[in-house]
Amino acid sequence: MSDVEDAITRAHREEWAQVVATVARRFGDLDVAEDAAAEAFAVAVARWPVDGVPPSPGAWLTTTAYRKAIDRLRRESKRGDKQKEARMVHDDDPPERLGAIDDDRLRLVFTCCHPALSPEARIALTLRLVGGLTTSEIARAFLVQESAMARRITRAKDKIKAARIPYRVPSHEDLPSRLSAVLAVLYLVFNEGYLASGGETDAIRTDLTLEAIRLARLVHDLMPDDGEVAGLLALMLLTDARRGARVSSSGELVPIDEQDRGRWNPELIAEGHALVRARLASGEAPGRYQILAAINAVHTDAPAFGDTDWSQVVALYDQLLRLDPSPIVRLNRAIAVAEIDGPNVALAEVDDLPLEAYHAFHATRAELLRRLGRGDEARAAYDRAIGLAGNTAETAYLTRRRDQA
Amino acid sequence: MALYLLSVLDEETNSGTDEEMAAIDAFNEGLSADGHWVFAGGLAAPGTATVVDGRDQEPVFTDGPFLESKEYMSGFWIVDAPDLDVTLALAAAGSRACNRKVEVRPFL
Repeated sequence: MSDVEDAITRAHREEWAQVVATVARRFGDLDVAEDAAAEAFAVAVARWPVDGVPPSPGAWLTTTAYRKAIDRLRRESKRGDKQKEARMVHDDDPPERLGAIDDDRLRLVFTCCHPALSPEARIALTLRLVGGLTTSEIARAFLVQESAMARRITRAKDKIKAARIPYRVPSHEDLPSRLSAVLAVLYLVFNEGYLASGGETDAIRTDLTLEAIRLARLVHDLMPDDGEVAGLLALMLLTDARRGARVSSSGELVPIDEQDRGRWNPELIAEGHALVRARLASGEAPGRYQILAAINAVHTDAPAFGDTDWSQVVALYDQLLRLDPSPIVRLNRAIAVAEIDGPNVALAEVDDLPLEAYHAFHATRAELLRRLGRGDEARAAYDRAIGLAGNTAETAYLTRRRDQA
Repeated sequence: MALYLLSVLDEETNSGTDEEMAAIDAFNEGLSADGHWVFAGGLAAPGTATVVDGRDQEPVFTDGPFLESKEYMSGFWIVDAPDLDVTLALAAAGSRACNRKVEVRPFL
């Protein structure tokens, strides 16, 4: 029995996006596609334990979803919905599963991340339609009521239909900006999991980080030649590789200099490094995610914190600053500068940054002030950071540091 | 193909400059040449509006716009386009031509 359950779980993980994407392409309606896919998996849960797992689960699910979609459209056309009836001109043959040209899923990804939708709606739609998370799972992940999340998803699907957001991969000239919107959605999901913002939630929400990695792998499989897609996947892998060392047994966030590097995941690091090396070998100018991945590759390359090649880290931040001259990048660069030129030089670079509302700004200042022996100022800065940090593991770490300052 | 309303958002009346009018004319010619043109027009100030309620026996006329707001529609295009991506590109060009923000809304 558990073999069948495994098969269903695996099919859900591997086939959901394809089933939704194929039905959506066929019927031009994301709502129909979503419901049909959900019904097909419900039928699988009922039938596979009795009938056995079909030889090609994906094709079985697509065919079943396709029939469910036709059933629904027939019901609706009987109710006299002329608009729906107009779409019933399709023949009843199940669609052929496209082997190599799997670009329906890519259409789905680009539609869910369309710039005419709000960022919150893009995230919710992507997790629901591409990731196959349930509405209640997504609501829990983002700490909103399930009914509110359901409305957000419904409203977005209604807009896609009414405003005719096209179901296609963007044209060549629009691709870079549209792809960066897709990557931003995946990175937001990852970051929400990696440093969960809710005070009462776990420090690391592996459901979200793993989902983000899975979606990034999917986009990377579909667009293997795109450097930023590879860069984002590498960045996620190299960040997630450190998960096991990042929170102590007492639930406190552990900074990178105190982490037990033996608990880092060597497979994820090897995979991330391979992606970074492949990008370096391409000779193409790296974008933001590739540079961030390279910075993480330097960190994960060092057997101990003291072995970190800080000049390389600073050089990479300089490269990033040319693309994104933001105060947060300058803050992170200053942290690396502190390891080469000392806390005094770093503090001078940090002090004027317009990041008063950002907890990491105060935490960084606090750390530099502590190293300089300026205890009173350090404690005041830790207090500011604690007041702004939204994550209990981080608050616990900052509180301990403050008491040491 | 589908119809979209492109509303021009403005805060002042009669504020279009000669350069803007010339750019709008050029944009309109492009809309016609590419088969997107349906209709377009500029609107007089909101203060010239009259709200009419004809639901009762005697129609009631009220001076002024239905909603007082800082930004209002000072003109519009109705375009015919295959999808939102094409329409957003048209709206971006229209916004550039008239030097105003433009709101895109699909017809039912």
